[in-house]
Amino acid sequence: MTTTTHDHHDDHAHHGPAKGLARWLFSTNHKDIGTLYLWFSFAMFFLGGVFAMVIRAELFQPGLQLVEPAFFNQMTTMHGLVMVFGAVMPAFVGLANWMIPLMIGAPDMALPRMNNLSFWILPFAFAMLASTLFMEGGAPNFGWTFYAPLSTTYAPPSVTFFIFAVHIMGASSIMGAINVIATIINMRAPGMTWMKLPLFVWTWLITAFLLIAVMPVLAGVVTMMLMDIHFGTAFFDAAGGGSPVLFQHVFWFFGHPEVYIMILPAFGVVSAIIPAFSRKKLFGYSSMVYATASIAFLSFIVWAHHMFTVGIPFAGELFFMIATMLIAVPTGVKVFNWVTTMFRGSLTFETPMLFSIAFVVLFTIGGFSGLMLAVAPADFQYHDTYFVVAHFHYVLVPGAVFSIMAAAYYWLPKWSGRMYNETLGKTHFWLSFVGVNVTFFPQHFIGLAGMPRRIPDYAVQFADFNMVSSIGAFLFGASQLLFLFIVIHTIVAGKKAKAKPWDGAEGLEWTVPSPAPFHTFDTPPKVD
Amino acid sequence: MPSKLLKGGVALFAVLLSAVTQADWTLNMPQGVTDISDQVYSLHMLTFWVCVGIGVVVFGVMFYSIIKHRRSKGAVADNFHESTAVELAWTLIPAAIIVYIGIQAFPVLKNMYDFEDSELTVEIVGYQWKWRYTYLSDDPTQQVSYFSNLATPAEQIRNRTDKGENYLLEVDEPLVLPVGSKVRFVLTAADVIHSWWVPQLGVKKDAIPGIVNESWTIINEPGIYRGQCTELCGKDHGFMPVVVQALPQAEFDEWMAGKKEEAAKLAELTQKDWTYDELMEVGESVYQKNCASCHQANGEGLPPTFPALKDSPIATGDVMAHIDIVVNGSAQNPAMAAFGPQLSEVDLAAVITYERNAWGNDTGDMVTPVDILNYNAGQ
Repeated sequence: MTTTTHDHHDDHAHHGPAKGLARWLFSTNHKDIGTLYLWFSFAMFFLGGVFAMVIRAELFQPGLQLVEPAFFNQMTTMHGLVMVFGAVMPAFVGLANWMIPLMIGAPDMALPRMNNLSFWILPFAFAMLASTLFMEGGAPNFGWTFYAPLSTTYAPPSVTFFIFAVHIMGASSIMGAINVIATIINMRAPGMTWMKLPLFVWTWLITAFLLIAVMPVLAGVVTMMLMDIHFGTAFFDAAGGGSPVLFQHVFWFFGHPEVYIMILPAFGVVSAIIPAFSRKKLFGYSSMVYATASIAFLSFIVWAHHMFTVGIPFAGELFFMIATMLIAVPTGVKVFNWVTTMFRGSLTFETPMLFSIAFVVLFTIGGFSGLMLAVAPADFQYHDTYFVVAHFHYVLVPGAVFSIMAAAYYWLPKWSGRMYNETLGKTHFWLSFVGVNVTFFPQHFIGLAGMPRRIPDYAVQFADFNMVSSIGAFLFGASQLLFLFIVIHTIVAGKKAKAKPWDGAEGLEWTVPSPAPFHTFDTPPKVD
Repeated sequence: MPSKLLKGGVALFAVLLSAVTQADWTLNMPQGVTDISDQVYSLHMLTFWVCVGIGVVVFGVMFYSIIKHRRSKGAVADNFHESTAVELAWTLIPAAIIVYIGIQAFPVLKNMYDFEDSELTVEIVGYQWKWRYTYLSDDPTQQVSYFSNLATPAEQIRNRTDKGENYLLEVDEPLVLPVGSKVRFVLTAADVIHSWWVPQLGVKKDAIPGIVNESWTIINEPGIYRGQCTELCGKDHGFMPVVVQALPQAEFDEWMAGKKEEAAKLAELTQKDWTYDELMEVGESVYQKNCASCHQANGEGLPPTFPALKDSPIATGDVMAHIDIVVNGSAQNPAMAAFGPQLSEVDLAAVITYERNAWGNDTGDMVTPVDILNYNAGQ
């Protein structure tokens, strides 16, 4: 001990990651855990994508061709669950892990061991969920919204595994959220005051509070299901004094904030990228913060707009219609701010900027259909049709997913120390952009014309647009293989990146070298 | 190789073409045949054009910037980044637009919730995977009630024959309604949640087990209007269409009288002496309509939820136990519904006879409508 003190000290100062698998299994380093989250979500994106391809292949033509209706329902259910809980949410947690400490000048997340735990329970949750596909009776087949009693009394036996998987995902999300909040509140560098925080940090802080508020509600609703299925309660069974409508109230009290959980961090990403490539400060920073907070607040009082047709009373319809339409106001403020940031800027169109511009345009289109859906009398016609499918895919795919891709291109030089190939990146963008619109735009039309969602076969008048939509989906799906190639190519063979590869970028993350060293900000930077 | 490719291409083109000739490119919501559906259409178009207007302005500014303010054209960034006046304007103007849309929507919504003064009430019950329509009457013996099942043959669904014009949107018996009078619907479900939707009427309401919902319509024009179940309700959710046939009042009354006569005839049939062959014949058609979607046409089922009937202990064992599970359903497996309230004694007897003798079960047992009556009396 005495003779090696000096060596130990030296080791400590430059101590890097452990070797081999141990580095990833036992890591408490925010960058490594961020990387794990991002690769995990990438894998889930492909798994959920395979399910989507099965759906679109079956819907390519009317008639039953490839799969049976029972299996089709498993595909729609698993696609939704894997994309929401496996792809989009972990991707944002990965971005938070990597970027929040770098953006606020902190050496790591506040609770590193919990960080490790919150990631490593996720693969088990999804392994359990995916294993239901091989169980007798098949995987969950009741839709990602799992309405009772289809998901209780009439569910396949695998529903119990689904419930436990959701519990684990929820626990992971809650731990991740606690970590984000603790980090942002306690670990900001001196001088990093609240109104200097990058918007990505702000949007994540608010998202984390949403997560803590509603993930327990999700846990509650699946526990009530568990009790109904195995322990003789009747929360959702009218014959025992319960109500199937109660399920929907509890589910959507979680479910509506959940959709903002998937979009607020996207707002943060885009608010970083658009100013960088406009070479101009973000317009209306403080109004962006207030708008985010307003959206988060409103998200708690609009849940029953998912239930306009379940027979809620007239006053309820009116309240939820107005409250829902109000969300358009702060959301509009955000869109106007982004556009005004671009106005009289000095624009260039690298891949992250292309994805961000597409985000603004296509997310806004999703917002427009959202406003239309909010109008209660009209919702009686739209509800549970492909119009709704088109709406939420517009906000989730060219919304949340495009923002994640933009973030990946924008920060990949910082993560890997290497630049992606710009031509390939732009090719990926244009293929995705065309693919996403060809897939989802026609779904507005077939929805308005009367095609319900979640059906494996459809009337012949919907045939043309379904075929177009399927072709778009295959294109979009195939383009993501290019994305995977680009990421690997960058890491393996990309050109060396500078500490600050984007001349218009701002923020502490660009003050550290690329790739970001294993430990950053051991001494906090000074922010003025 | 090229000729093979060419053949493949021609085949693909033919497939695309045949799909095109059958389909149309409908873009918008139907205006429908009721005042409500027309008002909803107007609201929909109002919101749509508001969105288009906002989109033109916002995207216009954006694309102006994209074209004019690019660095490659020598654009130098300005440094403005705040304006309270502008922020206030684009908060208040959208808020005003929303209030305007809300005001427009209010009377329509209020109208949709006015269930008073109906001249006819129809009870709609959703089952996995069919609808039951009952014309409620103060005199229960005069009540007309029947099921409405998908009429599209499996051959079309399985692509063995060409698809008909109303593929998946056709039923054996439509809901018949009079034109011009206010019809109130009361909706519920027997198993899981369903949703009854006819776009042309502008009516969609969830049918929820244990809960009774209300809706109403006044149809302005005679015709046939098609819709579907719109709440995921299990395996055959895509195969339970809604068809409404709207008739002028006189024709409707005539139809109603015919239905009542039919019901009287059915009661007589129960007492008739049935032969084994007659029962088997009726039983097969009842089975195809009510049982085959789960237990399959070949009796092999889709285990574990939908067990096989071929060689099954129930279909080849005690007759009473077989009658019991068909009439009362299964306590262990809720997927097996109680068919007692759904089928007539004749249909029940025939289908049980069929199940006991089809697919090589060959028990030789014959169950008659009178057996079912006796069973019910003994319960």
